[in-house]
Amino acid sequence: MSYIPNTPEDQQAMLATLGLSSLEELLSPVPENVRLRRALDLPPALAEPDLKRLLGTMAVRNKNLDTTISFLGAGTYDHAVPSVVPHLQHRSEFVTSYTPYQPEVSQGMLQAIYEFQTMVCQITGLDIANASLYDGATALIEAVLLAIGPGGRGEVVISMGVDPQYRRVLHTYAHARGFNVKEVPTRDGVTSVEDLDAAVSATTAAVVIQQPNFFGCIEDMRAIEPIAHKGKAVFVTTITEPASLGMLASPGDYGADIAVGELMSFGNTMSYGGPALGFMAARNKYMRLLPGRLVGQTVEEGGDKRTGYVLTLQTREQHIRRERATSNICTNQSLLAVGATIYMAAIGKQGFRELGELCLQKAHYAFRQITAIPGYSAKFGSLFFDEFVITAPVSSHKLQRHLDQAGIIGGYALHGSYPDMENDILFCVTETRAKEDIDTLVSVLKEVQA
Amino acid sequence: MRSVESLIFEKGAPGRRAATMTAMDVPTEALESMVPASMLRKEPAPLPEVSEIEIVRHYTHLSQRNFGVDTGFYPLGSCTMKYNPKLNEDMAVLPGFAHIHPLQPDSTVQGAIQLIYELEQYLAEISGMARVTLQPSAGAHGELTGLMLIKAYHEHNGQGHRNLVLIPDNAHGTNPASATLADYRSVEVKSDAQTGGIDMEHLKALLDANAANIAAIMMTNPNTLGLFDSKIAEIATLVHEVGGQLYYDGANANAVLGITRPGDMGFDVVHFNLHKTCSTPHGGGGPGAGPIGVKEHLVPFLPGPMPARNEQGYSWEDVGPLSIGKMRANKGNFGVLVRAYTYIRTYGPDGLLHVSQSAILNANYLKHALESDYEIAYPQTCQHEFVATAERQKEEHDVTALDIAKRLLDFGMYAPTVYFPLIVHEAMMIEPTETETRETLDYFVSVMRQIAEEARTNPEIVKTAPHTTPVGRLDQALAARKPNLRWTMGQEGTH
Repeated sequence: MSYIPNTPEDQQAMLATLGLSSLEELLSPVPENVRLRRALDLPPALAEPDLKRLLGTMAVRNKNLDTTISFLGAGTYDHAVPSVVPHLQHRSEFVTSYTPYQPEVSQGMLQAIYEFQTMVCQITGLDIANASLYDGATALIEAVLLAIGPGGRGEVVISMGVDPQYRRVLHTYAHARGFNVKEVPTRDGVTSVEDLDAAVSATTAAVVIQQPNFFGCIEDMRAIEPIAHKGKAVFVTTITEPASLGMLASPGDYGADIAVGELMSFGNTMSYGGPALGFMAARNKYMRLLPGRLVGQTVEEGGDKRTGYVLTLQTREQHIRRERATSNICTNQSLLAVGATIYMAAIGKQGFRELGELCLQKAHYAFRQITAIPGYSAKFGSLFFDEFVITAPVSSHKLQRHLDQAGIIGGYALHGSYPDMENDILFCVTETRAKEDIDTLVSVLKEVQA
Repeated sequence: MRSVESLIFEKGAPGRRAATMTAMDVPTEALESMVPASMLRKEPAPLPEVSEIEIVRHYTHLSQRNFGVDTGFYPLGSCTMKYNPKLNEDMAVLPGFAHIHPLQPDSTVQGAIQLIYELEQYLAEISGMARVTLQPSAGAHGELTGLMLIKAYHEHNGQGHRNLVLIPDNAHGTNPASATLADYRSVEVKSDAQTGGIDMEHLKALLDANAANIAAIMMTNPNTLGLFDSKIAEIATLVHEVGGQLYYDGANANAVLGITRPGDMGFDVVHFNLHKTCSTPHGGGGPGAGPIGVKEHLVPFLPGPMPARNEQGYSWEDVGPLSIGKMRANKGNFGVLVRAYTYIRTYGPDGLLHVSQSAILNANYLKHALESDYEIAYPQTCQHEFVATAERQKEEHDVTALDIAKRLLDFGMYAPTVYFPLIVHEAMMIEPTETETRETLDYFVSVMRQIAEEARTNPEIVKTAPHTTPVGRLDQALAARKPNLRWTMGQEGTH
């Protein structure tokens, strides 16, 4: 099948206007020494019904969260998406539009992104936010690059409580860009304040802490803030579980300069981890250093001076500033930002707090039930939000296999990222897990003993 | 026609709400016993308080104030705004693809890894590369990944001092921006005024003068003028001779499917923009996907993990010690990859060739038809796009490319990319894509001719356009001078 509307007859008539008789003649600029003179070795074309069968068969080979109980979090969270969100987000005027470079016919997307920027500020308690970044990990990188500045070679101090994947990405960029990364260990599940104090120096460009951190533990940001700010460093907080902001102090409350993180779980599908939705919020003073697109409110040039929205401060960006741009980002995650915006409007002021409390209570119920099972204990004594680490009586690998057989996915086996945590497993309980699901997990865990 | 939609924050009333939360079905604990007051949020986030009907009307209205490919013709050069098949959207939201967690055990996501594994094979074949990583999230992210691979390769070979990346003067802005991020310095290569391709003498001079320090050249072929650089094999030889690598910016790959392959042209690294070439929707600016293909010598440096297949099925394999690491969390923009996979399977080998041939025909058809009223920057046969200019209109009637772009909006069409590439004055870069009918192309031509006529007889109507859009031209200077990037309580209402 094909989405090319013109028939061979149409195309012949078009060729005739060019004084040509075959499509091949249009390829004359491509020299023979680089022409592919064979068909691509790809499977043959399929019709729509056959493709639906093929893709449908592949899709059902994946255990999906609609039909499987999951306690996996570890950076990607399962929050219920009200039906109103995809219905509006998937309106094709949004879906099939490009970056709103012609604002007069792109007011819908521009206004939605302006609302997104506002809501990101509202939940983080910071002054400004950009239009989105690829994902939480690359958003963290962008914050660090902002802190280091053009041509800078400063050092970045990052807690080992930050998602290991994010830290891996940071090391990758640090090597290419040429800056140092110093990792600070955790103690009892939270960033070691003493080690952090020792690590931060006058040459530190950024201090990066995740809240809640990768273990689900709540960092004492009020104790960390003065350390982060004792030199000239930018205090960056990373938030992978935005539901926590319904309950916990916001980055604005505890004095962070920049908040970055992941908002995919707000109104968007998990889709095996991507597309994701990186965000960045910051204090006003960083406005002209921000990466990526910014939407601003303005008025018409003439006439009635109606309110309108445009991409603004574009001289920061690659298409204007080229090698001196604040970032190389062009394509971002606009459609996911629209989804998150509609989601946040739908749950609203009350729902946002309720969401946080549901996650907190359900996770603590699960924690109490699991730690009451003989052989299972809490790894840490620290406070947590909706994830917690349990030391199991067997290796987490073995435990996972057992859970898998019982039709349960997760939690996350920590030894892959923290080799000394052989029997430790990270459970996540969001509002989408019913008491019945938690009780099922508990009864399965009871069956697994050393 | 002209109107303003108030912000969602200006709608609703205290206590109003839409979505309801699931029941609190577990025994609860006192809040203070879980989190001390000092760690709690001071004030509730002031999110909107609106009902579902208000949300539905609001965002429906916003969508009606937005132009997409489904609304009309979108000849935006270098952006490949082709039709986004509905089938692909349906496949991406199948629960088995949309509702899976990135850290699920491989045994529970066999279909997902299979899709990624097979898509890698397809893209490798299309580009003539050994392997492809599907991790990068967009074209610019792919560029950075590719440059990091080149850097790691040079370092591994004791050539870590190479610090220069050659970039043609008509390149996309992301190229030099990505080079900076990889800690490289960009050096501009002039293009040839006649051929539109690389100025070979300038290239040779740069290579001679900097032989030991050339890390790579980044090229788009066909380039942003829509012209295929026929000297590409020679360029590849020259750059390789001094030890440099060739990076292919795949933004214009819609012109080469089944016709020629970056790998056969001599490129070492290539990125795809699946949101262009493989018709995954642009979503108002994203998401996209920017897979990177590499030749064999760069495979050890790819970011990980990489998909693998054995008797047990599909799995993720860690990469070796030479890997650059990881470019983002998880495996890539899987939802976009599902759409691209469906697209490639829809067309098959003959179909993809026909995609590019048809895109090239449509572009040449438009170029030919516009020649009478507009200057064409390079008159020779173009590939999937071409650059017309408003130089004549500017000189004779003070009507600019921007004015023409705005006037097009009045006729229910989007505008071409204007003022790019930077080397062409009053540039209007036009890319019709293969998914437009002959009638749509003819309508576009008739409108462009009408605008040229208006420029002669009634230039004011063009210079004050658009007239029929939801808002008129907006004050960009004010937006930049007094940035208002968010709504705040008490802010003057929209009007």
